[in-house]
Amino acid sequence: MKRQIDKEIVLSVKNLIVKFFTKNKVVNAVNGINYNLYKGEILGIVGESGSGKSVNVLSITNLIRPPGKIVEGEIIYDSKNILNLSSKELRKIRGKEIANIFQDPMSSLNPVLKIGTQIIESILKHTNINKKNSIKRTLELINNVGIPSAKERYFNHPHQLSGGMRQRIMIAIGLSCDPKILIADEPTTALDVTIQAQIVDLIQDLKIQYNMSIIWITHDLGLLAGIADRIIVMYAGRIMEEANVIELYENPKHPYTKALLQSTPDLNDDSEKKLHTIEGYPPDMTQEFVGCPFFDRCLYKENICNQNNPDLRQVNTAHNIACHIDI
Amino acid sequence: MNIKFKLSIILLLIIVLISIFAPVFSNYNPLEIQKGKQFLPPSMIHYFGTDEFGRDVFSRTLYAGRISLLAGLVAVIVSALVGVPLGLISGYYGKIIDTCIMRTMDSLLAFPALLLALSIVAVLGPSSLNAMIAVSIVSIPNFARISRASILTQKEKDYVDAAVSIGASDKRVIFFTILPNCIGPILVQITIAVAFAILVEAALSFLGLGTQPPDASWGAMLFSGRGYLRVAWWYAFFPGLFITLVILTLNIISEEIRDKLDPTTVT
Repeated sequence: MKRQIDKEIVLSVKNLIVKFFTKNKVVNAVNGINYNLYKGEILGIVGESGSGKSVNVLSITNLIRPPGKIVEGEIIYDSKNILNLSSKELRKIRGKEIANIFQDPMSSLNPVLKIGTQIIESILKHTNINKKNSIKRTLELINNVGIPSAKERYFNHPHQLSGGMRQRIMIAIGLSCDPKILIADEPTTALDVTIQAQIVDLIQDLKIQYNMSIIWITHDLGLLAGIADRIIVMYAGRIMEEANVIELYENPKHPYTKALLQSTPDLNDDSEKKLHTIEGYPPDMTQEFVGCPFFDRCLYKENICNQNNPDLRQVNTAHNIACHIDI
Repeated sequence: MNIKFKLSIILLLIIVLISIFAPVFSNYNPLEIQKGKQFLPPSMIHYFGTDEFGRDVFSRTLYAGRISLLAGLVAVIVSALVGVPLGLISGYYGKIIDTCIMRTMDSLLAFPALLLALSIVAVLGPSSLNAMIAVSIVSIPNFARISRASILTQKEKDYVDAAVSIGASDKRVIFFTILPNCIGPILVQITIAVAFAILVEAALSFLGLGTQPPDASWGAMLFSGRGYLRVAWWYAFFPGLFITLVILTLNIISEEIRDKLDPTTVT
């Protein structure tokens, strides 16, 4: 699982700033983040609710809708800035090059269309495969994501499937055109643990099979430990720490990551002590931070933290943190 | 499915079928004037009696049904084909497009429907085709309003984002992804609008602005029969009965469809 430095960059996000302009205030959802996605890796993005994870990945295919707006930044894919593409060029990338899997399997499928129709749609649009072969490919995909009797399922409507099956169908839609990048926004939150494990296995298999890069968003650190190659920790629309998976779990450098890891329940721990929590609340995203957004809740804070917002700095090979303090 | 609904469907089908196959069911030419046979009461020879020129009212009612029903159908098809896309586009894009389209619709709605239809026919000249055009224009705003309202609730749903994220164009999202989800209210509106269109066409013909003599539509027959109500009640009664039945059955059917499609009323 070691990250090789010479790996090819498939996507890079540069200084992305996204704001939501509501009637009387501005929500700073994403505040200038930079990261790269390498070929064939699974990049995990963690953070609590409202930390800008979803907004960040929705921006990648320019899916932010008003009142949200991408104020600044570049998203470089295939040496082009996605944010400057016309809507026609953008449609060619969406689904074909970069595919999304949405969070809620219950509402992300069109309730009135057949499963087959929904999968075949993007194959017919993005590839030159004819109708007959598309149907064959669709059946194959339904099979590949682990749903038996694909032929019957092809003609089912979403309400006839269980949540786990719908999630698989969405994965099948995501995979239908062999995308280079698959963005999975909490694909397992709505599912129970056994199904979750199946989906995780499935995606790992598929990653090897199709050599895709995957961005996996979740707030489940335990899940990421088993699946991701590299992890980005987000807080208040910023990247707090970025490291490969072993480094991050064994040697977290940022106070927030440390606190997060301590808050994870340990199944092997028999002592009856209370689960550790992070004191305080996530910050109000409508305010502009002068200092570090984690300041109020940080156990290691010093004076400089409230005056100066720390930039991402390297502490180790392939390990960056946004913190003034060395711990 | 209740008995009222079944009866309505059967009754409506009968009226539609005997109008379509009017030549088969009627034994007289609806335009044929017969001397000395004026104002015969209903009998086994003339089921619905005869009018002031000795024409067979039964035949005329059937032939009139062709024009009236066609007027209703054409008007609704045209107004739905124009109104639904307008409403969908307006609701999907919002902002300035929404304002332009919906304010235009509002200004159409500001006039009482019949008055607006009257003035359109007055401009175009009285004929059954122009009456259909007038009725179509009058019905457009309702379709636009209803489809706009449905798309507003649908477009926020995740499956729409999902469709966009696999690269679907706006056109595809609106008409292929969202429209099937909005079809319920639109379907109900269609059945009500057919009834409304038949009624407006009848009103226009009654006022002499729709179907012109010697052709018959139910409204036109009502108009000419009205003068002879005291001597020949059947002349105005039967076309009036047919209008009533068609409107009534269509309303019952639309009510049933609405209940069927509305998940909150499913028992």
